Amino acid sequence: MSSILAEILDAAKTVRAIAQGMAVTLSYIPKRKLTRQYPDVPVELYPRFRGEHYLARDENGKERCVACFLCSAACPADAIYIEADEDLRPYAERPGMEPRYARVYNIDYGRCILCGYCVEACPKDAIKHGHNFEMAVTNFADLVKDKQYLLSNLEREKTRNLTLRSDAE
Amino acid sequence: MASLRHSNVIELDYAPQRKIRELLREQSALDNAITISMGPQHPSTHGVLRLELILDGETVISAKPDIGYLHTGMEKQMETKKYQQNIVITDRMDYLNPMGNNLGYVMTVEKLLGITHDIPPRAQTLRVLLTELQRIASHLVWLGTHALDLGAMSLFFYCFREREKILNIYEAVCGGRMTVSYFRVGGLPYDVPPNFNRLVRDFLDEFPAALREYHTLLTNNPIFQKRTRGVGILSGEDAIALGVTGPTLRGSGIAHDVRRAEPYCGYETYDFDIPVERDGDVYARYLVRMREMEESLKICRQALDRLKPGPIKVDSPKIVLPDREQMKHQMDALIHHFLLAAYGFSVPPGEAYHAIEGSKGELGFYIISDGTERPFRCHVRGPSFVNLQAIPKLCQGALLADVVAIIGSLDIVLGEIDR
Repeated sequence: MSSILAEILDAAKTVRAIAQGMAVTLSYIPKRKLTRQYPDVPVELYPRFRGEHYLARDENGKERCVACFLCSAACPADAIYIEADEDLRPYAERPGMEPRYARVYNIDYGRCILCGYCVEACPKDAIKHGHNFEMAVTNFADLVKDKQYLLSNLEREKTRNLTLRSDAE
Repeated sequence: MASLRHSNVIELDYAPQRKIRELLREQSALDNAITISMGPQHPSTHGVLRLELILDGETVISAKPDIGYLHTGMEKQMETKKYQQNIVITDRMDYLNPMGNNLGYVMTVEKLLGITHDIPPRAQTLRVLLTELQRIASHLVWLGTHALDLGAMSLFFYCFREREKILNIYEAVCGGRMTVSYFRVGGLPYDVPPNFNRLVRDFLDEFPAALREYHTLLTNNPIFQKRTRGVGILSGEDAIALGVTGPTLRGSGIAHDVRRAEPYCGYETYDFDIPVERDGDVYARYLVRMREMEESLKICRQALDRLKPGPIKVDSPKIVLPDREQMKHQMDALIHHFLLAAYGFSVPPGEAYHAIEGSKGELGFYIISDGTERPFRCHVRGPSFVNLQAIPKLCQGALLADVVAIIGSLDIVLGEIDR
């Protein structure tokens, strides 16, 4: 008799526990959905998000990079390739803010791990992290981004499918 | 052409397997023992773990873990990179616990440099706060996938919803969600953003309700209990003999926690409990991890309360990069910046081992320095790797369906096992 009673009690407990669990799951059906429909709805990122880099320009549109090779030395993945050159023309005519500038500046995104060490190492604030993360390509060679691409990356970011969150208090 | 190809064929040696089967036949007089390979593509082995199971019907006679499918040679790679560059490699070991990995590595290098006690209080507190958040995030992934393995699907989504909030905090702090690389030798590279306190406070306020939901869904659920209670029992003695650490050890009734046994980062000043369960089965390990999340929450609250403005790195220009403003205006700071970024810092010769309590157990780094700016040898004592060795013991005599529960309860990450 007592064993039957125990079994009934056990069954009641089981039903109760499952009903409680199901109540949690079912209570979510009418609630607001958390899923973001990503390609249709832009992604929200914080300003510090480490995305594809851009090369910064100074207030007159001159390249800030002076080809000091610090970013490429700090890079743990050996992703940055630079060739330095000198342009001794006056400021108005040359491309860089200093006579010394990077003739070639390539970042291989097949190697880059977006750790931010180059940004930290740069003494001229010339290389910065943008927020682009859509870097998939169909041709492996296209992963190597050249200087022209990186210089224009800041403008390109305005057309990207993302919005920035605020990290102000 | 045909003869050439023939000469290149490697003869596969099946002799060891045959021998095992013969031995088993002799020992247990089993004629129907079959060997099956579970993984490396099996979704419940949590990565690329392969188990070689010898079964008698549905009962496991022996289980042999086969690892190495994710081998990337990280330890060897670390010998070729400068000390500060190796931090990004540690992110990728236990990819569910990158903050903990960073902390273990930088603290070992700090021990070699002898600056362990010079780390400013704000950096210490932030380190504690962020690693405890990481522990919660790591346990959430474990909980979600473990429940998913056992058939509770909806919990998976709720766990990842909460984890997303922690990853958002990391994104706001350092720009990376999983590969954070935030801790540096000598402190932190830059301070947290202005909204950090609000983000963490919001999470800490919301999380207890979510934790209650998880308990409602699983703890008293009879199906979950039937799958986990009395399954994969690991006694305390066996756990110690196997070198198991972390929640797996505490589920077997041994109250050992590195945070309590050898406190670091000022853990001795925080008020928290070490959850212990005596049963040693899958359910006990589940309860330990669930209670650990509550304890981590407690530590996070205390850390957030004592977070005061202040310096975030040691005052040692030969080890940490100078402030950016200083670097731009002072010659000596610029020179130090150049030397550090280009050549790194050299570490006095010697060897050091430092262990922290990672989310999965004792995570230790053993570094030998030969006085240069690159480690001579860096060995990682990974908790997942050591805990994995309990699998043959736990699976013996279990049902095939319970193997999934046992693997899930050990909370392994293959990125750290194979390194």
